[in-house]
Amino acid sequence: MLTLERVSKTYKVGLFGGTDLAAVRDVSFSLQPGEVISLIGESGSGKSTIGKMILRLLAVNGGAITHDGTDIATLRGSALRSYYRTVQGVFQDPFSSFNPIFKADHVFGLIRGVYFGSASTAEWERKLNDALEAVTLDPGQVLHKYPHQLSGGQLQRLLIARALLLDTRYLVADEIISMLDASTRIDVLNLLGDLKARGLGILFITHDLSLGNYISERTVILRRGRIVEMGPTAAVFGQPLHPYTRMLIASVPRLHEKWGQIDAGVRAGSGWAPAPGERCLFHAAVPDGGAAADLAGLAGSGLAELEAGHFVGCVAPTADGTCGGRSASAA
Amino acid sequence: MSLQVTDLRVYYRTLAGDVKALDGVTFGIADGEIMGLAGESGCGKSTLGNSLIRMEGRMRHVGGTVTLDGVPLPIDDQADMNHFRFAEVSIIPQYAMSALNPTRKIGKMVGELVATRGVRYHDIREELERRLELVGLARDVLDRYPIELSGGMKQRMVMVLSTLLDPSLLIADEITSALDVSSQRAVAQTLVEFRDRGFVKSMIVVTHDVSILYQISNTLAIMYAGKLAEKAPTDVIMSRPKHPYTRLLISSLPEIGVRFEEQRLTGIPGTPPSLLNPPTGCRFRERCPIAIARCTDEEPPFVEVEPNHSVACWMAS
Repeated sequence: MLTLERVSKTYKVGLFGGTDLAAVRDVSFSLQPGEVISLIGESGSGKSTIGKMILRLLAVNGGAITHDGTDIATLRGSALRSYYRTVQGVFQDPFSSFNPIFKADHVFGLIRGVYFGSASTAEWERKLNDALEAVTLDPGQVLHKYPHQLSGGQLQRLLIARALLLDTRYLVADEIISMLDASTRIDVLNLLGDLKARGLGILFITHDLSLGNYISERTVILRRGRIVEMGPTAAVFGQPLHPYTRMLIASVPRLHEKWGQIDAGVRAGSGWAPAPGERCLFHAAVPDGGAAADLAGLAGSGLAELEAGHFVGCVAPTADGTCGGRSASAA
Repeated sequence: MSLQVTDLRVYYRTLAGDVKALDGVTFGIADGEIMGLAGESGCGKSTLGNSLIRMEGRMRHVGGTVTLDGVPLPIDDQADMNHFRFAEVSIIPQYAMSALNPTRKIGKMVGELVATRGVRYHDIREELERRLELVGLARDVLDRYPIELSGGMKQRMVMVLSTLLDPSLLIADEITSALDVSSQRAVAQTLVEFRDRGFVKSMIVVTHDVSILYQISNTLAIMYAGKLAEKAPTDVIMSRPKHPYTRLLISSLPEIGVRFEEQRLTGIPGTPPSLLNPPTGCRFRERCPIAIARCTDEEPPFVEVEPNHSVACWMAS
């Protein structure tokens, strides 16, 4: 199990790094093999930062990420290498992930050099063919080709195959569908579903709510580095508890329903705020702000469990952690 | 008809030969119409948008005509076309964030821009401020540099700027693609409002996102491999698509409420043909589930099969 416990990340920004930017604040959730969690947020919500921290491309500032009980920040040398055997990532732009002067299968060669130095050629080819088969690619069509000779969907699938070559249990998929055409993106999405059925745990990072809704069992909604709502996908999309989630869902362009028909009371535009008189569900459940409450080990993470497995954060947390929405509703 | 495009052909010159990005495109846009233009990457949708306002150096106008409000547009003549740009035909570019001159205060830049069309900044200032207010920008943005504005503010600034001289035709090229869902919605609805207020007469909204177009466009045109596959009123094309490509495209889009476990969507197998040497006959036939022998030999013409509903498919009529 891959667990995030109150993970925070602060970037130094500005001239000489004089300003702190809190990109991720108190994020806790866990990913099991065989499930897809979609991590949904707008730009700047910290969703990619979380993915990079899991892949150890970025260090954690507060809290810890543990893999089967081991803090991944402590991993060194061969322990880190075996971590990367189980946890792999695929990123947004398949076109720039490849070196254009090498053939596309060069990436497999790199993996072989680091992880399978002792494997015989026959053994290696069997492994490679298995991985390509898992992503529904025909080895004859994609091997020994240059990146420009392959389509975006093929390249993205090659990258997923690369991630699967190891004994991968968890995949961080950061916006892997966004650059693909509508006609091919659904196939890559279905591929993730098939890999899940084979026991892979997938963190599906996206800004596209309909993609997250399609593929994931659980959904985590992020806003400005905080989790505002988290729970089973059907519950988060069916009965959203947080006004921000409701605004996001109402903004999604649909295919058979116009915007005007969907929103009753949801304001258009980039702003959102709790409706006047709206009760902060988080503070109603946890009057002391959650500091002392022990909710499924989420104490202090700013989330309250209102239904089984369905968590919601404060409607309007202010900088000092108090509830801006509560005073607004009291007034 | 506000805009009439007839058999437009625009090729890209490359070392390997001509890439036939637009290969005989015919359509019209009525006054007040917002036409959505959708298709896969490389199908020529951006080429169509660009060729109506500015041909790049590599683009070559091979044939066909474009008429705007009864006046032929000299689309292959950069200097002549300049009389129409901004005043009659305007564009909101894909990367609005980087469309503003970073060395000028925004107000000054607007002044210089309208001056090139013989309009004095002083005369237009009042209208400009009214429109800024409409999109939720304070008038003091005019005294600021582009770097002081957020991405969303720049996007709205460019939208106001592009439509300031009330052009007849506005081309919006993938303007929602880089935005978050909430600002996507605001931008899309602003386009409709601009049309409703008469800032622009008609509009072509180019995007790969069909669901955005369903929300705002009156008609929808689907492009495939340099040609139009289908054009019809948006509601008609979404509920009763006639071209197999349109049908497959719409059925491959996930929607809120559709779950992988319950209803497995499928993509369209295969890839579009190369436009360097496009195949004869129907260009979609290799991916088409209902192709017949005739599709290999004869190219299906883009014809009106019902009022306002045109399709290029032998099986549609």
